[in-house]
Amino acid sequence: MSLLKVTIDNHTIEVPAGTTILQAARLIGKEVAPPAMCYYTKLATSGGYCRTCLVKVSKGSEKDPRPMPKLVASCRTTVMDGMEVQNFTSPEVIEARKGVVEFLLINHPLDCPVCDQAGECHLQDLSYENGRSYSRYEFERRTFDKIDIGDKIKLHMTRCILCYRCVKVADQLTPGRGHGVINRGDVSEISTYIEHAVDNEFSGNMIDVCPVGALTDRTFRFKSRVWFLKPMDAHRDCDKCSGKAVVWKYGNDIYRVTGRKDQWGEVDEWICNTCRYDKKDAKDWTVEGPRKIEKTSVISQNHYEAGTKFVASPETLPVKQLS
Amino acid sequence: MSRKLLLTHDNVPNLHTIDVYRSKGGYASVEKALKKMTPEEIVEEVKKSGLRGRGGAGFPTGMKWSFLAKPEGVPRYLVCNADESEPGTFKDRYLMERNPHLLIEGMITSSFALGANTSYIYIRGEYFYVSRILETAIAEAYAKGWLGKNILGTGYNLDLYVQVGAGAYICGEETALLESLEGKRGNPRIKPPFPAIAGLYGCPTVVNNVETIAAVVPIVNDGGDEYAKIGIGRSTGTKLISASGNINKPGVYEIEMGVPVEEFIFSDQYCGGIANGKRMKACVPGGSSVPILPDYLVCKTATGEDRLMTYESLSDGGFATGSMLGSGGFIVYDEHQCVVRNTWNFSRFYHHESCGQCSPCREGTGWMERVLHRLEKGMGNMNDIDLLVELAKKIEGNTICPLGDAAAWPVAAAIKHFRHEFEYHVLYPEKVKDSKHGHKEPIMPVKPAPVMA
Ligand SMILES: Cc1cc2nc3c(=O)[nH]c(=O)nc-3n(C[C@H](O)[C@H](O)[C@H](O)COP(=O)(O)O)c2cc1C
Ligand code: SF4
Ligand code: FES
Repeated sequence: MSLLKVTIDNHTIEVPAGTTILQAARLIGKEVAPPAMCYYTKLATSGGYCRTCLVKVSKGSEKDPRPMPKLVASCRTTVMDGMEVQNFTSPEVIEARKGVVEFLLINHPLDCPVCDQAGECHLQDLSYENGRSYSRYEFERRTFDKIDIGDKIKLHMTRCILCYRCVKVADQLTPGRGHGVINRGDVSEISTYIEHAVDNEFSGNMIDVCPVGALTDRTFRFKSRVWFLKPMDAHRDCDKCSGKAVVWKYGNDIYRVTGRKDQWGEVDEWICNTCRYDKKDAKDWTVEGPRKIEKTSVISQNHYEAGTKFVASPETLPVKQLS
Repeated sequence: MSRKLLLTHDNVPNLHTIDVYRSKGGYASVEKALKKMTPEEIVEEVKKSGLRGRGGAGFPTGMKWSFLAKPEGVPRYLVCNADESEPGTFKDRYLMERNPHLLIEGMITSSFALGANTSYIYIRGEYFYVSRILETAIAEAYAKGWLGKNILGTGYNLDLYVQVGAGAYICGEETALLESLEGKRGNPRIKPPFPAIAGLYGCPTVVNNVETIAAVVPIVNDGGDEYAKIGIGRSTGTKLISASGNINKPGVYEIEMGVPVEEFIFSDQYCGGIANGKRMKACVPGGSSVPILPDYLVCKTATGEDRLMTYESLSDGGFATGSMLGSGGFIVYDEHQCVVRNTWNFSRFYHHESCGQCSPCREGTGWMERVLHRLEKGMGNMNDIDLLVELAKKIEGNTICPLGDAAAWPVAAAIKHFRHEFEYHVLYPEKVKDSKHGHKEPIMPVKPAPVMA
């Protein structure tokens, strides 16, 4: 198959037809990859909603070099041969992204201190990188009551950014249309069909795809901050899924089980609810070794396996000692 | 007297019945199309006519039709967009109420041209009674053999259905409409693919406005060239205008493209001037989504030329000093109206109608509305005005569908031309507490001093 050449922020790469700008950028690497809050490689038709991945196409293609009139969602725009894209090099993109981040935050409760997602929250990362340090929004924020989606998942809609990922999980991994969006506009909410439990062996993956703390694991809620735990790659024989997961340990106790996430925060393989919720005994798992968390987060800052090799010296301390 | 093509007989009693409609020459285009023309010839006539979409965007209809993919063994669909929910626009309703058979005739001729054997009219939920009128008319057409199997013995089959929406403005956006028609939540799709390639049920689909489809009837009857003789430049034919606001004669008018705006507002043939002898303050010429124009830019463009009722002339000057023909919802404001209140009102509409898929529109429309509400009530501050300009800019162009733009443009334009009025709301909170403050102390637009070269 012939390859298409695309240049993103002055890095050129060749990719097969059908590749999106976002995928191409990820192939080049972190330095050009736009942030993505709603796109999820494993979920068909995901992406396009959050608009954080907007980029500027300064040259459409070799054949039609005209620039695209508007910024485009890189997760849903496929590459053309000779296309030139600006991401971090375009002030227009940076400005628009700042706007998007601000919009995502105006109704977010910013309750990170009491949120289980803190430390592995994509919205935290995104706002740290692109947001402003104060809010210009002076109105009451929207709130919802928390609801239980079955006995294992808590939905805290107030934190939701409507990325639609959990809706796609429910549509694509579980049968029936029991979980979706009701109402419209800024009062839209994720909901199950008249508070039905989403009852399916793979429903727990909704928790993993949620970029914020809207869907959390009820067997783990408020048990520990994630950065106090040691993520370990582990596997077990499972007749429902591959059994390849990450167990999050404190001492010898397993506090929670999640899918293995790559450097973009997306899981490699879906895991089943049995592995996720019911196998919390160290004996259930064969531990392979420490899991490297690549996504920028407090967890990766605190790499425990590095602790022995790397002892902080005054020069490497990020802040100057006062006095 | 200006030529009429769509509202020719709209005062004839019982025009909505098939016999009266037939006696006025109705269904001639179906006979001509099915018996004497090939689908390609019809598309060619539509191209020659220069007809542009009457739903708002003004995309050339013939070109849209020729983009329709025609893969073997895959059905094609024609969908009529009768969702008409843009504030200030009510022409499609009038047409369907008075003359439902004209739309049905247009649907048959157009479906034949596009090779569709199943077609839909998607009508706005609030027009429930109009859907009854259409359904009665469709039943008559079936009974007389204009719809169904083997129409006029030509072997062409067509089924026509009316689908009533649930009352959402966003379902007028063509891809949201298709989702809704498929029985799903009316969220706009991410384009591409465009409906011409993958539309209803993933099949090639053309979505056209009611008036666009009705205009196909005279085009086929008289020929595209004849149609193109009316109008100026790339704005051909006639256009239905829904005129409302502070004018003497609100209503639906069929105009020839190119009528001067001044004539349209002030002549007795049309709006009949500003009501109660007041002065005109502003005008929104194309429905709530298009930029508002201050009095001095309504009848003349910034360069001093007469502004005409055409796509080009109304948008002359871009968004700096122009607006758009849009869907033809022509709203006129007199000197006592408050632009801030009007902008808030529009903004409230878009906030309420946003589907909530994409973050800039979902969050931004609500934020703009709240800030405008605060300003309108005299509780805002000067920074709010710039904040609004910035929010509008952050929404515009960054969303999935044009509803985001439609929410941002009116706000940006109102502040551009009427900033002093927004400032007035900050400076005199006591006065603006009365929502009719404009009656006591009219605030007229301020024409900016010419900039010396
Ligand atoms: C938010 C939104 C609402 C719309 N509402 C309508 C409508 O009510 N009626 C309509 O004909 N077109 C509406 N449109 C335009 C349609 O998307 C589409 O362009 C039109 O139906 C095409 O028909 P035309 O080419 O005949 O104009 C709307 C567009 C948007 C973005
Ligand atoms: S712009 Fe608004 S209405 Fe359109 S898809 Fe986005 S949220 Fe929905
Ligand atoms: S990741 Fe592309 S729009 Fe959300």
